[in-house]
Order: sequence, then C-alpha cells, then structure tokens
Amino acid sequence: MTAPTSHEKNRPHLQQGAVAGWPICLGYFPIGLALGVLAQQAGIPWWAMAMMSILVFAGSAQFICVAMLTAGASAPAIILTTFVINLRHVLMSSALAVYLRGVARGFLALFAYGITDESFAVNHTRFRDGAWDRWKALIVNQLANTVWIFATVCGVLVGQFVPPGALGIDYALTAMFICLLAMQLQGGIYLLTALIAGALAVAWYILLPGDTYIVGASVSAATIGFFLKRSLRRGA
Amino acid sequence: MTFNDYLLLFAGMGMVTYLPRALPLLYFAQRRMPRWLIDWLSLIPVAILSALLAPILFTDHVSREISLGKLEFLVAIPTLLFALKTRSLGATVLVGMLLYWLGGMLV
Repeated sequence: MTAPTSHEKNRPHLQQGAVAGWPICLGYFPIGLALGVLAQQAGIPWWAMAMMSILVFAGSAQFICVAMLTAGASAPAIILTTFVINLRHVLMSSALAVYLRGVARGFLALFAYGITDESFAVNHTRFRDGAWDRWKALIVNQLANTVWIFATVCGVLVGQFVPPGALGIDYALTAMFICLLAMQLQGGIYLLTALIAGALAVAWYILLPGDTYIVGASVSAATIGFFLKRSLRRGA
Repeated sequence: MTFNDYLLLFAGMGMVTYLPRALPLLYFAQRRMPRWLIDWLSLIPVAILSALLAPILFTDHVSREISLGKLEFLVAIPTLLFALKTRSLGATVLVGMLLYWLGGMLV
C-alpha cells in the first residue's frame, strides 16, 4: 500500500542526488584516473587498487599511500599517515551531524563511509541552504564512491598508455579544492578565516614536518574566526 | 606485495579513515549541539580547504620552502574566478586542468 508513494518519493531523491553529485563524479573521474595511472607506474595491480578504493575511499590518503609505497615505506607508517590526514573528517562529520539529528544509527554508519572533502562540501552547502535531506545526501555519497572506484581501476588499466603530466591531470585535485573553497566563501568572516587558515598552513607546513598542518591550521583558523565574529557582533 | 599484504594495509587504512568519519556523526546525532559549536563548525570547511590549498600554491614540495609565482598559483587565479562565477565543480576542474596543461607548455 505504501509502495507507490515511496516510489514517487524516491524518484526525485535519486534525480536530485544525481544532479547535485554529478560535478563530484566529473571531478573524481580525472583524479581517480590520475591516481590509477600513478599506481600502475608504482606496480600496483588493478585488483589491489579496487580493494584500496573500496576499503579506504579517501583520495588524498590514497595518493599519499601510492607515493609512500613507491618510496618503500612500511605498512604501519602508511596507516599512521592515513590516520593523521583523515582526522579532518572528524570536523566534517561533526558539522554534518547538525543536520542528521535523531537519525537511525544504521543510516549514520552507512552515511559516514561516504564522507569526503567533496561530498561534504556539496552536502553541507545544500543542507545549509535548506531543501535537502539525508537520502539525497546519501545518493551523492554513494554515486561519488562508485565513480571513484571505477575511475581508479580504469586508471591502472590505461596507465601504461598515458605519458606523465598529460592533459593537466596533476592539477585535477587542486582545481577541485579551489572550486569547493569558492563555494564556501559566503561572507566576510569566511573570507577572513580562509586567509588566516592559508597563512597558518603555509607557515606550519614550512616549520613542521609531516601533515599536521591540515588539522592544525584549520582548527586554529576556525577558532580565531569564531572569536573575531563574536567580538564583531558584540561591537556592533 | 601479496594479496594478504595489500588486504592488511588497506584494511588498516580503511579503519583509521572510517572511524573519524563515523564516531562524531553517531555521537552528535543523538545529542543537542551547543550554539557555539555549530558556529565554530560552520567555519571549519572553509578553513580546511584553504589549509589544504595554500601550501600547494605557495610552497615548493621538495624543499618545503616558500615559492612565489608558481604555475599552480598563476593558474589558480583564473580558476578561482571561474569557480566564483559558475559555481560548477565539474567545469572548474576541467578549466583548471586545461589552463595548467597550456601553462605547462608555455613555461
């Protein structure tokens, strides 16, 4: 009895999720392809790439993993680096929890798997602007995930035919970050926080080894931005 | 590396990736979040993206020193303007790649 209504309800979910998610897929494809090409050059077989994309599903950590395997790093070192790099998802997951209050644990456990920089930026923007729900968000996550696995495996298979640096493939990840940043600039305090974060990250990156600069600079900048916003509000 | 080597490595990476994504969501979805935390969290995304980007644009990755006028940075300016104008992730990625590719041939 409820089948027709849930079907009618689900269809726009799928469509809207796909409409919101396709730019991520378009962005993931060249990046995943690039990662696969690099993995192929590092001697990683296609099935191992598929396994990594399914189990890890974290672009930047996977790039770093390939680079570390090439350099002969040990498994514990790679896992520890992955942990530090992906600690930022604690912040994203907490930010999304605002919009997923009271949702069943099973859904959250599944949803958490698909939280990435890109899907987070798209879903958070949509949630904040209203007219977005968890099912559409989940579709964005899983669609991006599927394309990512497919693209990375394709990259390994075609890797031997791609000359290094072809078609600006090295810039795919950077361009994606630039656009996601542009989407987040919603006013003066956001621009200010971005500038502080950028300056701190550069200084932190130069002074300290490793990748603590990502979590360190962003937490510091958000905290400074928060107090600036609060004092400005009080002054006004 | 053997199948088991890969499985062990990727399972470990998967676990340390999944837990930071899942635990805060499970915790905060059941509790009311204080107003200040919501305000603070709203500034996190812009800060993370900027912190990821700035070292790519302004430093040398091999020596870890400041390096101004990099092609990455020069290409970032039109790419950012394009992103601000169109708000399209897919098109921005393609425009960025194209400009970087063309820029690489000029330099």
